Amino acid sequence: MKSILTTLALTFSALVLPVSAAASVGQAMPKLGQLLPGASVPNTSGKVVLVDFWASWCGPCKASFPALNRLQEKYAAKGLVIIGVGVDDDAAKYKEFAGKMGAKFSIAHDSAHKAADFFAPPAMPSSYLVDRKGVIRYVHTGYHGAKTEADYTSEIETLLGASK
Amino acid sequence: MKLLTLLISIALPALSACSPALVRVKPYERGTLAKPVMAGSIDPLQKAMTEHAYFSREASFGGGGVGGGGCGCN
Repeated sequence: MKSILTTLALTFSALVLPVSAAASVGQAMPKLGQLLPGASVPNTSGKVVLVDFWASWCGPCKASFPALNRLQEKYAAKGLVIIGVGVDDDAAKYKEFAGKMGAKFSIAHDSAHKAADFFAPPAMPSSYLVDRKGVIRYVHTGYHGAKTEADYTSEIETLLGASK
Repeated sequence: MKLLTLLISIALPALSACSPALVRVKPYERGTLAKPVMAGSIDPLQKAMTEHAYFSREASFGGGGVGGGGCGCN
């Protein structure tokens, strides 16, 4: 009887265990250099950071690049750092896509999915807006054209205007 | 009783492998699933034409949907 109960307990614990806890608003972002070993990550201390997860096989990610380029041009001088994290398994596809899209912001290849495992993006693309203190303040799932861009703009302006 | 215990001990861990917590593909791991060859239909136009021919031909028992009847004149 005891063995049955033990087996049942073990089985159901496996069924209800969470897959992984996704990064959420209010959580501190760890140093990206640790999550993206081997990638050149710009200095983010005291800056507003937009971490965007993309992949070459994801259509909305492709659509989001021109908007991210516009945000980079508009707000980089004011203290915004955009980091596009590519999660492609195939390094060649990552490079090809990055070259084709002409990103004006920093991009990094998360080849080991270490950063993706930490953030656990619920959809592709997903992006995280981090304030100057390194705390995640906004999470975006998917890219919905002008609406998402307008949301980014107002949120970035709020975060850039906050105390340094 | 011993046989039952043994069966449950084998069946439950085996069934737990069906748990979605264990088999879920994460959104950032769907590169292979996103390949065109993984699509339900490789040629959407051919699929649409085949379905049109099917529901026209089989309209008398509902075609591709539910219900029945129809003149088959689409």
